[in-house]
Amino acid sequence: MANLKELKNRIGSVKSTQKITKAMKMVAAAKLRHAEEAANAARPYAERMDSMMASLASGMAGRDDAPKLLSGTGSDQRHLIIAATGERGLCGGFNNSIAKAVSQRVDKLIASGKEVKILCVGKKGRDALKRKYGHLIIDLVDLSGSKRIGFSDALPIAHRVLGMFDAGEFDVCTIFYAKFVSVMTQEVQGQQIIPAPVTENATTETSDVVYEYEPDEEEILAELLPRNLSVQIFRALLENSASEQGARMSAMENATRNAGEMIDKLTLQYNRERQAAITSELIEIISGAEAL
Amino acid sequence: MADMITMDLVSPEKLLLSDEFEMVVLPGAEGDFGVLAGHSPITSSLRPGVISIYEGDKEKERIFVNGGFAEVSNDKLTVLAEEAVYVADLDQANLEQRIQNAREDEEDAKDDETRRRAAENRDHLQQLLDAMN
Repeated sequence: MANLKELKNRIGSVKSTQKITKAMKMVAAAKLRHAEEAANAARPYAERMDSMMASLASGMAGRDDAPKLLSGTGSDQRHLIIAATGERGLCGGFNNSIAKAVSQRVDKLIASGKEVKILCVGKKGRDALKRKYGHLIIDLVDLSGSKRIGFSDALPIAHRVLGMFDAGEFDVCTIFYAKFVSVMTQEVQGQQIIPAPVTENATTETSDVVYEYEPDEEEILAELLPRNLSVQIFRALLENSASEQGARMSAMENATRNAGEMIDKLTLQYNRERQAAITSELIEIISGAEAL
Repeated sequence: MADMITMDLVSPEKLLLSDEFEMVVLPGAEGDFGVLAGHSPITSSLRPGVISIYEGDKEKERIFVNGGFAEVSNDKLTVLAEEAVYVADLDQANLEQRIQNAREDEEDAKDDETRRRAAENRDHLQQLLDAMN
């Protein structure tokens, strides 16, 4: 009889787990919608900034006095890698795949004799990278306090990166994040943000218009570049939060389905055991009566 | 009806405003400038200040921006601002807080350039505060 009781407890606990995963899935779905909205709302700014950057940068490219943020420091010896991950687990392979991409890149850079520093955004990434690259991690930016990613979350990171760049602590900066493709797919991307990459295709359509510049091109560009950096980081954070929720949603859906299968299996087993117990009791009674 | 100019005001978080206006006066880095329909293409950085939108001869809307960029092309004006607030929504306490922040920036500034910027910013906020009262 102890076995029956055990089975019943087990079914109960799987059922409550299923309730939790189901609730988490629904929460993730709601958050995903918000995150997608935020990402869409941020798009116009980023797009216009891109086209402005492209028309300005094409004029500046190749010139000796181009700002360092655009042309680079002339070396690519020291790298800064921003590893943007989530603050929480239970979201499938989301955090791990970013950490893996980061560590692959770091290994490659180290193998070719470069210096690497890692700035972690989100503590899950640090947890995953700590053991292997603990000495390379310079800091952790904790975003667990902010419920929804705002531009004010991206600004301090950008300021920090710019400060380090101005102090000459690195030459190239790359940010790793997961780009949101769909609920099922998120692509991990390593995007170089310093020196700023110039998109070639955007330049062709804007180049035929002659703009006046006020004050002048260099000054505008000098102001635009740092802002562009914060926008890029902001965009990465938004993509990341949408990806995280998407990954969590599909992970929780799988968990809910698995729990359902397990409940079915356990219920079947429970019923069999119960039937067997009843049968053996009946046999005992009947054989007892026959013996009389 | 006079020709209209389309203005988009975007912040990193969302598109704040997209509409047609008769004239828009922007706080350019080298002085305020007005934009009417048919303005020649221009790209300008903005200092912290107020964007005034005119309908006829009347000032219809005043929006405070904390610096940014403006671009005019093909009768379309795009303003990129990291922060934008309707002046009507600004209150004195908020402004005083900003002035306080700017003053702290000025004190913390490490080189002359940032100090000069912070001072400019503070002056401007002060003007804005004066304008409100």
